[in-house]
Amino acid sequence: MLQVDNLTGGYAKEPIVKDISFDVNKGEILGILGPNGSGKSTLLKLISGILPKQKGTVKIDGEDAALYSQKQFAKKVAVLPQLHAHAFSHTVKDTVALGRYPHQTGLFSSWSEEDERAVSEAMNYTGVTRYKDQAIELLSGGEQQRVFVAQALAQDAPILLLDEPTNHLDIAHQQQLLDTIRNHAVEKGVTVVSVFHDVNLASLYCDRLLLMEKGEISIIGDPQEVIREATIGNVYKARVKTQPHPELPKPQMTLLPHKIEESNPFTVNKEHFTVTAERVSLQVNQPLKTLSSAVVNAGLGWYRAFVNRHVDENYNCDDVKAEMSAYLEQHGYSLTDTVGMMTAVTTEHAEIDEYEGDFGTVLVMVTAGVGNAVDVSQAVTREQRVGTINTWVIVNGELPEEAFIQAMITATEAKTKALQTENVQDPLTGTIATGTSTDSLLVAATQEGEHLPYAGPITPLGKLIGHGVYDCTIRAIRAYKKAKGWTS
Amino acid sequence: MNKATLAYIVSAATLLVAVWLGVSIGTVKIPISTFWDSSDTTASNILWKIRMPRVILAGLVGAALAISGAAFQGLLKNPLADPYTLGVSSGASVGAVVTLFFGLSIPILGTYTLPVFSMTAATLTMFLVIGFARLVDRSMKMETIILTGIIFGSFLGSVLSLMIALTGEELRQIIGWLLGSVSMRGWTYIVMVLPFVVIGSFILWMNRRELNAMLFGEERAHHLGVNVKRRKFMILIGGSILTGSAVAVSGTIGFVGLVVPHMTRLMWGSDHRHLLTLSFMNGASLLIICDLIARTIISPSELPVGVITAFIGAPVFAYIFYRQRRKGAM
Repeated sequence: MLQVDNLTGGYAKEPIVKDISFDVNKGEILGILGPNGSGKSTLLKLISGILPKQKGTVKIDGEDAALYSQKQFAKKVAVLPQLHAHAFSHTVKDTVALGRYPHQTGLFSSWSEEDERAVSEAMNYTGVTRYKDQAIELLSGGEQQRVFVAQALAQDAPILLLDEPTNHLDIAHQQQLLDTIRNHAVEKGVTVVSVFHDVNLASLYCDRLLLMEKGEISIIGDPQEVIREATIGNVYKARVKTQPHPELPKPQMTLLPHKIEESNPFTVNKEHFTVTAERVSLQVNQPLKTLSSAVVNAGLGWYRAFVNRHVDENYNCDDVKAEMSAYLEQHGYSLTDTVGMMTAVTTEHAEIDEYEGDFGTVLVMVTAGVGNAVDVSQAVTREQRVGTINTWVIVNGELPEEAFIQAMITATEAKTKALQTENVQDPLTGTIATGTSTDSLLVAATQEGEHLPYAGPITPLGKLIGHGVYDCTIRAIRAYKKAKGWTS
Repeated sequence: MNKATLAYIVSAATLLVAVWLGVSIGTVKIPISTFWDSSDTTASNILWKIRMPRVILAGLVGAALAISGAAFQGLLKNPLADPYTLGVSSGASVGAVVTLFFGLSIPILGTYTLPVFSMTAATLTMFLVIGFARLVDRSMKMETIILTGIIFGSFLGSVLSLMIALTGEELRQIIGWLLGSVSMRGWTYIVMVLPFVVIGSFILWMNRRELNAMLFGEERAHHLGVNVKRRKFMILIGGSILTGSAVAVSGTIGFVGLVVPHMTRLMWGSDHRHLLTLSFMNGASLLIICDLIARTIISPSELPVGVITAFIGAPVFAYIFYRQRRKGAM
């Protein structure tokens, strides 16, 4: 649809855009990214003909755009500029109607039904019909930008060029605007080329991305290929981390601010734990990066308070999460800052210990009750009940995400081994149990101090976790058995 | 009835009333019947030989200044722009003042030496200004045009001041011409100025939609399919033709070209498809009324019309401005 070959040009003799070539297919959305001064806006201006090109061609449907008159070009390509101010007032409808300029010919050029239809359709599509008789300068920035989108759509051009269209818009208006444009591209097969300032927005809305660096193409491809830590970090000269989007297969990036190195890294120790008849809690001053299967605030996050609450054996509630949240709030815990688990085991039997390695220490907390033990390999048809082995592993060190997962594997294996050692059996099958039906596990790390890349049993950290969890679980099972009066 | 139709009806009615007042009021009252009943030869002579040409000339000059003012304000996106921004009027003035200063009179042209010289000087200035602006900046940005106008305008203005300073006896005549007047010009002046007014206005009117697009900036206009360079050139030429010819026959009459477009915009909106024509009509009305006042207020003497335009126009503008802003605020 749009084909750019060896495009070179800029403002003065020295070209800003150097020898750029790419194709955009019909209905595709191509995002142009790049740091300030990389030439992304210049590239768009060269394509739209605002700046004269020094070399190269721009082809539309295989035809050289340089042969078009200004009006013919405007019938093929509509441009949406950044939001800016204007001197005299126009009504919304008159503004949108200007989009029909290239379709009007002759001295008198009467307004046709086709013009009227295109204008009202564009106004409906962008939701500005209700303002149609208002002066445009009385609208808010977001509404004004929608009017200009309507103007560009009224042009009925198969190609739409956008220059940072979401500048100065708040997030709701950004989303609205880009949703509108993407839907238009999908429904009408309009080809879109847009300059983006925001890497994440570009990733969300574009089929392909073109990353520019010093007037040249650094890389062009799918968002997955372009938005990579090394690429973005190099081109933008910024420390970034990429993450998957929670709903779409589109990568997102976050900036990593420069860290101030602490001479004394923050550490967690046994004194931070409090055990009462009602709960085991851990409270620290700095948030810990946490991965857990808790009731409240499960998953990955940063938290400062951790609660393992004792509930009655017959505790039964339709909405466990809501009830647990209410409990936490009632006891003065902030819901945004607390991970909450529950157990039927007497919390005073919790086993808490600190294990020391060369890099620092690991803390383990286990509450275990095995009355509900299960052999997982045979647990297909079993009824679920309140979990009874809750394990926390707190690491004084800095862990990447994969180490969190390895820590969880290691901790689970250690727990299973402890059950085996203690000969805990699944009462139904008579085989050795591997856990209980709703065990919970939490791994948290201070993310300060030594960098610990792995947590499998081959590493010092893995060994410590394995040993600690095994040790605490055995002690917790024994305490449980003793309390129940089962003498082993 | 839609707003545009109403605007045309109101403006046309105002113009008719202005013409009627302009021809009938004076030292001799002319009844409206004189138009079709020529039995009263004195009245008929006053109407057709004196009042009518004066009213029509005032109308043409007012119209020319107002429509070019509207176009320049739109093109330059500057509410302070007026027909004199480009400096073409200063050129026309220099041409006229030189004629007066040296007492020039070309035999074939006779008394028309002054307007012809003035128009020639205006044309020359126009080419110099546009040529220089293009030399500075090939794409002729708005700022370039305004600054070039200021350079040429102030240079020619100082030439005018120099001539005024060196003038002894004839000072009154030069000042009188510079303040502007449409008195005692006769039909020949109308014949002389009419083609320029028609051509200039037509050129501007052809660019009414382009002016609308250019209000959003040159880049935006370019994106909408306007051939910005060519259109800008056309508008500058059209406006200069109007300004130069108006100044050549009547002197530099201020205020009309600056304020009539604003008044029209405040009342009827800034859509150039209507603004140009409406400014044309309202400019004509305003100058006819002002000229009427100029020649009757201290009758039997006359004031230069340029004195009256601002004297009458400024309060009227202030009133409209006040009402519109208050309405907007409520």
